[in-house]
Order: sequence, then C-alpha cells, then structure tokens
Amino acid sequence: MSNGNDEAYWSKTKGLMYVCIAVWVFFGYIIHLFVDAMNQIVIFNFPLGFWMGAQGSLIAFVVLIFWFSSRPDAIDREFGVAED
Amino acid sequence: MSAETGGGRDFLSNLGKIYGIYTGGFAAFVILLGILEQVGVPERIIGFLFVALTLAIYAGIGILTRTMQVSEYYVAGRSVPAFYNGMATAADWMSGASFLAMAGTLYALGYDGLAFVLGWTGGYILVAVLIAPYLRKFGAYTVPDFLAARYGGNFARLLGIVVLMAASFVYVVAQIRGTGLIAERFLGIPYDVGVFVGIAGILLCSMLGGMRAVTWTQVAQYIVLIIAYLIPVIIMSAQRTGVPIPQVMYGEALQAITQLEQTKPALEGAKPHLTPYSTYAQFDFFALIFCLMVGTASLPHVLMRYFTTPSVREARQSVGWSLLFIFLLYFTAPAYAAFVKWEIYENVIGQPLTSLPDWVYVWGENARVNICGVAAASLEAIQTACSTAVEGGTDIVLRDQFSITRDVVVIATPEIAGLPFVITGLVGAGGLAAALSTADGLLLAMANALSHDIYYKMLDPNAPTKRRLVVARIILFGVAIAGALTATIAPPDILKLVAWAFSLAAAGNFPALMLGIWWKRCNTPGAIAGIMAGFGATLAYLIWTAAPPLGLGNPEIMSVANISAAVFGLPIGFVVMIVVSLITPAPSKEMQDMVDEVRRPRGGVVQAEKT
Repeated sequence: MSNGNDEAYWSKTKGLMYVCIAVWVFFGYIIHLFVDAMNQIVIFNFPLGFWMGAQGSLIAFVVLIFWFSSRPDAIDREFGVAED
Repeated sequence: MSAETGGGRDFLSNLGKIYGIYTGGFAAFVILLGILEQVGVPERIIGFLFVALTLAIYAGIGILTRTMQVSEYYVAGRSVPAFYNGMATAADWMSGASFLAMAGTLYALGYDGLAFVLGWTGGYILVAVLIAPYLRKFGAYTVPDFLAARYGGNFARLLGIVVLMAASFVYVVAQIRGTGLIAERFLGIPYDVGVFVGIAGILLCSMLGGMRAVTWTQVAQYIVLIIAYLIPVIIMSAQRTGVPIPQVMYGEALQAITQLEQTKPALEGAKPHLTPYSTYAQFDFFALIFCLMVGTASLPHVLMRYFTTPSVREARQSVGWSLLFIFLLYFTAPAYAAFVKWEIYENVIGQPLTSLPDWVYVWGENARVNICGVAAASLEAIQTACSTAVEGGTDIVLRDQFSITRDVVVIATPEIAGLPFVITGLVGAGGLAAALSTADGLLLAMANALSHDIYYKMLDPNAPTKRRLVVARIILFGVAIAGALTATIAPPDILKLVAWAFSLAAAGNFPALMLGIWWKRCNTPGAIAGIMAGFGATLAYLIWTAAPPLGLGNPEIMSVANISAAVFGLPIGFVVMIVVSLITPAPSKEMQDMVDEVRRPRGGVVQAEKT
C-alpha cells in the first residue's frame, strides 16, 4: 500500500491544515486584538469590533469549515486515496 | 412514523419526509395549544402538555429505533448522513445551559461574554481539520479505543477512560439538574421527582437503541430547540424594530443601550455593554476562548458522533453541518441579550416602583428577579425593601438594586414581549430538549466507555454479542441512576465544576489525539507521560485555585482564571509528550503503517470490529 505518493499526499494535506489553522487563528484571536480600533467604525448600527466577536468571526468559521470540507476530497482523488 | 419500524433502509431513505412531517406536526401542536390557551385552558395544563408530549415523542423514537446489533448500538451502524449527524451533534453539543444561560451571560458581561460564543463555535474548525475524519477512518467505537490502539494497549485506554469520566460526569449531572428544574416548573412536581422523570425520559431514548436511538432522538430534539429559541426573539425584534430578523436588527438595540448608559442617571456606573475587558483581563479573555475551543475538540461525547457517518468524507462534511446548526443559536444569542437589556434599561431601571411591567413580578415570585435585595414578588415587598436598601430610601429602581438570574433571560423573553403563555411553554420545551439531548450523549459516552472499553476489551474479550449488549444497558442504567442521585443530593455548587470539563478534556485528550494522528514519532511512553502530566497539571490548578469546598482557594497564578486551567495543562502536556517521545525509541514499523492507514481515506476502517 505504501508508496512515494504517500509523502506528497500527506504534505499536501498538511498544507491545507496549516492554511485552515492560520485562518482560524486570525478570526479566533488576532482580529479581536483590534477591537477598540474597530469599534470606531459603525456599520448599520453595529460597532465593528463587537460585531466581529458576536457574529463576524462565527460567519468566518462557518465559511471556512465548508470550504475546508470540500478540499481534502480533491487531494484524495489526485493521489488515488479517495474512498471510492 | 411507521417507516421507522421497517428498520434501516426504509427509514434512512425517507429521512427528509419523516422529519418534515415531524416538524409540521410539532408546529401544529404548538398552534393547537395556543388555541387551547385562548379558549381558557389553564397555563398549568398547557405547560404539562408541552413537556409530556415532547417526552413521549422522544421516548417513542427511542423505542422504534431499538436494536440488538453491536455496531448499531455503538455507532448507529455508521449510516447517519452528514446533514442529520450535524443536527444530532448540534443538539448533543448545546446543553441546557447554552440554551437558557448563554444569552443571560452576554446580558451580564457584555463584550466579555463573547469569549463563550467564540470558544464554543471556533473549536469545530479543530474538530474538522485535525481530528474527526481520522478517528472515523480508524473505526473506533469510543475515544479510549483509539488511544489504546495507538499507544500500546490498556494503560492508555484506562487513562482515556479517566479523562472521559472526569469531563463527562459532572456535565451530565448539570443536565439532569436542568431537566429536573424544567419538569418542576412545567409539570408542577417536586424537583427530586422531576429529576427522575427527566432520567426516565433520557433512558427511554438511549437504553434500547444506544447510539442509533440517541441519534434520531437528538435530530428531533434539535428541531424543537432551535424553533423554540428563535421564535421569541424574532417576535421581539419585529415589535421593537419592525423587522423580524433579530440577528441583523439588534444593532439598534446596541445603540439604544449605549445611549441609555450614557444619559440615564439611574444607570450610572453600569458596565458598558460594548466595551471590552470590563470583566476579564485581555489575556484571560483569549485564554478562555482558547480553552473552550480546544476543549470542544477533545470532548468524547462530541467526537464519538463523527464515528457514525458512512464515510470519512461525510465525517468532514458533517462537522460543517454541526457548526452551521450550532451557529444558528449562537449568533442569535447576542441579539437576545441586547433586546432584553434594552427593555430592562428602558422600562425597568429608573422607573418608579409603582409602574413596573408585569413580567418583573411573574419572575420575581420565585426570586429570579430581585429588587433591593428581595424577590420581586409584589409591589409591597419591594417598596418595603427599597425604603431601607439605600440611604434615604428610593422609589425608583436603581441599577445596583436590580438583578435578574442569567438563565431567565431567554425564558422570560416571551413575557417581556407580552406574548401568550404558549410561547413560554415552547421555550421550556426547547430548554428541556437541549438538556435531554446533551444528557443522552454524555451518558452514552460514559456507559460505552465502561461497557466497551472496560468490560469487553479489558475484562471479558470473549463475551458474546448478546451479553455485551445486556451489560452495556445495565451500565447505562447504573450511570444514569448515579447521575440522578448526584443531582438530587449534591449542592448547587457542583455546577461550577461543569466549566472544568473543557479544560480537563483539552489537557487530557487533545495532545494525545492530535499528535497520535499528525506525528508518527509520538510513542507510547511519550503519550502516557504527556496525558498524565497535562491532565494532572490542569486538575491540580483547578483544585489549587477553586474556592472551598471544591478546592483550596489559593490565589490564581498570573491571574489565569480557574476556568482556563488548560492554558497551563496543554503546553505541559504537549512538551512532556514530545520530549519523552524523542528520548525513547520510535514506534514500531507496524504502528507507523497504522498511522499511514488512518491518514488515508481509502480502504475500510483500520480496526474492524466483529459484530
């Protein structure tokens, strides 16, 4: 079962993992460091900093997770390790 | 519903139809009760019908989906489609406290409460990317199963069980307590009896059908809880802003709150709702988010839900659906908090005692709303208390003389918005569904660990199928009774322990699961040392800092809140695991091949179970 493909397959999967974790760190933590500055911006009655914590980051998580779940399948197929 | 008795295929191919009819039927039932209320049926009976009928439906699903097959009992035959597994996970995940108290926490803490909203959603990214698909490929029945296979057998399994029990038992006690309180309020029976009514409902769902029954009950419970959560705040948004989309319109409430905070004399000194770090220090805020996120990715009762999907691909998709369904509730919670705060700041605080809205007294009766230090049961009671509570007395409601219990914010919203009692009953049914579904998942996780891991894998590996299933049910029953007894005799203080579950699960499980998949070099001595060090450090910090009688009450180190203990435990666990792994020999070739196998979706499950 094991072949040279494995290495390439796993490094591509790892690449996807790092991208997802980076986006997660950004929306989970980094962006909220700027809450005070963002609160100066008010859109549709929402101070942006508060909105990011209450809803913006959550929307980003949902988009990220659906984007992610569509990706590995393409990698799996490329390297012939998909389920079917 | 007759399709369900036809067993597997019929039922699975008609899911949309079955749950569509179920949702329509539930809506019709709510409307019918609304009509009954209008023609004069007393509130007590409406409340009773809500609780009784929903419990009967859950129990009915439990009975219809009973099973005598091991794989159906433990992993629902690995046949739950991603979409429905997402719904079931959402119900499994959102506890009675999420449903009832999340909005109340945001009401009380303002911006700082968002740590919970962020922490309890963002963790699913970790579940999807790092853990769930690989555990599904491995083909475990329980999380300790994976630890045993990856880290050389039963000692690792035992550690996994300790972490699982530590993270789940108090958590389930809190859920049982929640069902007891709701049964007390809506059925009018004493709390102690209510607890056992709740546990009967839970057991009827899970005992006959294990994971299969719990899955399909949780889907039904999700539908009830999300409808119940959204309706009151949608109506409130329509009343206040003219647009029935609270998630978009509560900006208006935020502006009004800020304005009132700045201009209303009675609100002087109120914590500004929008300003960060009025409760937690900045580091604490981020530490809490981190612990809740990693804890989410480590809780066994959540991870085991992804063992039930038909494929690795569907396991990944299913985490997405889970997050979407959870998101629907969590991104509504800030709107709840804002609309209720607007109402209270405008119509309660600063108002003369003689002109308070009715809902204050409805919830004041059982001390959920207090004014001037006494339960707001009647005008006389608060007038008497307020004449001496502040110097010179007060005849208006002052900010610091008013308090509302957190778990009332959601359930009082229908009355605040002036809606009929039927909506309050609906919210009660939603809270009950949230508590029951989480209790189901937790009890099953614990009972499965005891019956599958301890009894079958460690004590009697040759036990025939039938005996395994009988033992599984007896243990489930035993754990449920132990949980119910604890809920009736333990002091309410025990609820504080729930927050510990996340840190304990994070420190105990996360490094071993993650490195087990992503780092082949991680070996048995490393994992065992790492689990013990991380879990031990977290537990030690919790006991060291918790207030007596739960702990020693020592000052916090670097002001890290008790609830964020994994901030110490996680790095310690990771470092010990990596260092010990590196100074001991690498895992065998077979083990490294197994890790490769776990990483590749192709091929069947790694650890096939005889059924």
